[in-house]
Amino acid sequence: MKEHYPLVIIGAGPAGLAAAVVAAEHGLDIALLDEQPSPGGQIYRAMESIPTERAELLGTEYQRGRNLVSAFRGCGVDYFPDTQVWSLNRKREIGLLRGKTPTMITADKVLLAGGAMERSVPFPGWTLPGIMNAGAGQIMFKSHGLVPADGVVLAGSGPLLLLLAWQYLHAGVKMQAILDLTPMRNHLRALPHLPRALLAGHYLTKGLAYKKDLKQAGISTLHNVSDLHAGGNEHLASVSFRHKRRQHSIETDLLLIHFGVTPHAHLSRVAGCRHDWDKSQQCWRPQLDGWGNSSIDGILIAGDGAGIGGARTAEHAGRLAALQAVHTLGLIQRRERDRLGGNDRKWMRDEMHIRPFLEAFFHIPGKLLGVPDDDTIVCRCEEVTAGRIRAAVADGHSDSNQVKFLTRCGMGPCQGRQCADAVAHIVAAAGGNSIARDGHYRGRPPVTPLTLGQLASLFPEEME
Amino acid sequence: MKSDVLIIGGGLMGFSTALQLAMRGTRCTVLDKDSPGRHASGVNAGGLRQLSRDPAEVPLSVAAAEMWHNIEALVDSDCDTHFPGQIRVAENSEDMLALEERAAMVRALGFEHEEIIGRKELYKLVPVLAPHCKGALICRNDGYGRPFHALDAFRRKARSLGVEFRASTRVDALVHSAGEWQVSTPKGEFRAPVLVNCAGAWAGDIAAALGDTAPVRPGAPMLMITERLPRFMEPVIGAASRKLSFKQMQNGTVLIGGAHLAELDIAQQRTEMNWARLAVSARTVMALFPQLENTRIVRTWAGIEAFMPDNLPVIGRSSASPHAYHAFGFSAHGFQLSPVVGKIMSQLILDGQTDLSMEPFSIERF
Repeated sequence: MKEHYPLVIIGAGPAGLAAAVVAAEHGLDIALLDEQPSPGGQIYRAMESIPTERAELLGTEYQRGRNLVSAFRGCGVDYFPDTQVWSLNRKREIGLLRGKTPTMITADKVLLAGGAMERSVPFPGWTLPGIMNAGAGQIMFKSHGLVPADGVVLAGSGPLLLLLAWQYLHAGVKMQAILDLTPMRNHLRALPHLPRALLAGHYLTKGLAYKKDLKQAGISTLHNVSDLHAGGNEHLASVSFRHKRRQHSIETDLLLIHFGVTPHAHLSRVAGCRHDWDKSQQCWRPQLDGWGNSSIDGILIAGDGAGIGGARTAEHAGRLAALQAVHTLGLIQRRERDRLGGNDRKWMRDEMHIRPFLEAFFHIPGKLLGVPDDDTIVCRCEEVTAGRIRAAVADGHSDSNQVKFLTRCGMGPCQGRQCADAVAHIVAAAGGNSIARDGHYRGRPPVTPLTLGQLASLFPEEME
Repeated sequence: MKSDVLIIGGGLMGFSTALQLAMRGTRCTVLDKDSPGRHASGVNAGGLRQLSRDPAEVPLSVAAAEMWHNIEALVDSDCDTHFPGQIRVAENSEDMLALEERAAMVRALGFEHEEIIGRKELYKLVPVLAPHCKGALICRNDGYGRPFHALDAFRRKARSLGVEFRASTRVDALVHSAGEWQVSTPKGEFRAPVLVNCAGAWAGDIAAALGDTAPVRPGAPMLMITERLPRFMEPVIGAASRKLSFKQMQNGTVLIGGAHLAELDIAQQRTEMNWARLAVSARTVMALFPQLENTRIVRTWAGIEAFMPDNLPVIGRSSASPHAYHAFGFSAHGFQLSPVVGKIMSQLILDGQTDLSMEPFSIERF
């Protein structure tokens, strides 16, 4: 690894891989850093090692990634898998950890392609062992072929829930129930966006086909479910909920939940990029121009880390950001950048047709996000409940950071990754404010674990 | 809006001053450009240390310690204070000599709170310390608190006594006319016969507006905190010839400081970690507590503080403006002094004098 690169790409999902291929074509010296052992990101995870049969079970969208991964393998960039990035700043100094060895490198341009993470929505009992995110369930399937053996309940709202159910169906998993928490009124909310969504009709067709397969297989999907509770003492024992004005309960020891995904913005936050609240996507996303430039000179962002657009959008955005980096490093003229990016810009617009519909259809109700019961734990690291957060707000602490100072929510080992959005929603709801005003925890490095011994080994020439 | 005393700066000094004034029936308003305790007051290391103070500060610090030991009587909260002592270790015989001289100097001033302990007692108090240390200077009734909790307690108590507080209220201009201060802010005009500058890293601007010269240098000392560990020691540890402040907090996390400065953009109120200096800080910890090698750092941060050229605060009257007072420039060791500073300010404002000598802290020294 060199101490300096003209371009460092962080993340080996669709955006990062596509960017690397384009930038390498222009002869740039590139490092690509990724925390996974092999390229593909979460969406194309384990692409190079997966048995054919399992790849087929995952569907055609998954298999699309094969070409991208092999193009990346052939493009000759310095690729560093199993590498954690723990810090990034305005000077584009990148703190990273390979194995147990920390290093700092610098770059003229940094492209963040960190992808998405699952939105964490606290509900009663959600911290019990036996409850996992649907995405985690999918990772276990992709990487190791692991599926639930003794039955599972799926609950939440979002396209991934349906996709996972369909994948599980084909893998022969016993699904006890699918609890769809999407409220009925979302159908109305989404309706105005339907005509535009039909321009990207293949997504709708696919979704409907998944639903049909599940129905034909006799898997029960309950719609318009509310009041989700997980019960059990040491471990999940049952899931209870309301459906058609009745209270129900299912005995299970595994519950997979999903409430959509949000940008993985820890690095852009810690670097100090400006972020705005996106009402439609219900998340913060970095301020960007059409070429992926963030508010900090030399830091670009592409893919789901820039706002949720899906894998195909991420590829286009990755290529555009790579062209921008190549252009600003003086290798191509502006006109050449525009010419080379023309198709990606067009295709990206086409891809976006489906988003307003999906965002409206899978809009998470404000009640679920902002007003969990007083006893529900919100920050699981520090065991801070919704009630304590509201009490702090009532006491005059008017934003997420003040509530964090007082209650320690977000101060545990996960660095607030899981609870930041949930706390912001609760603070805003309790104060009667907009979430955009009450903010998000300030980023505090290191964003991934670094030990005292590792830090001590850095900058050996620096004296007391 | 009109009150008796208008205080600029909603940090610990501002609220402590407001509290003491309110206890004597004075109507105060506190203004802050951000939220309460947003900078130094809320995010400092929380050390309650008399140990190794500048001789000029020793009488204040001793008086403050007495107040901290009874803090619940003052603010209805213990501010999560603990008093397991603060220790400054000697790693070689030169260190030991310097600490012995220090102890003698403090005794000569007429104080008994700093004493020398030998190797044996040091390792009894801190068994996990690396084995090369020779002895230490100790202040047995020193300790630490939780700064934001203290700030919150002072704020609540002051509010309960009628103190008005306005957050997000930046001072745009101030003038003295017809016997009162008129302070304009985006949220309207505030008026009072008396003005107090507790504006921390931004106090230099307020002092300048009052016609005083105060060479405030804003700085942001970096801190880092680890994951929770099983309890392995009680006292707060410093070192004679290294920059270190090291304590295991109530919840098992270890807070590490040492006044290494972050890079600071004061106009944007933005700090950025200086990893080279934090690496030095980590090496100091490795030298004294090598068993922490594999302990994870959870978070690093830096609060913005006011440093003075001589590292002593400015406490007292304005030299250029009537009925204006200063309490700022605590140079990264103000937390412990905050209760007594509030008391001193209330005495200066209401009685025109105070028992302790304020000479070393006069703004006229610049």
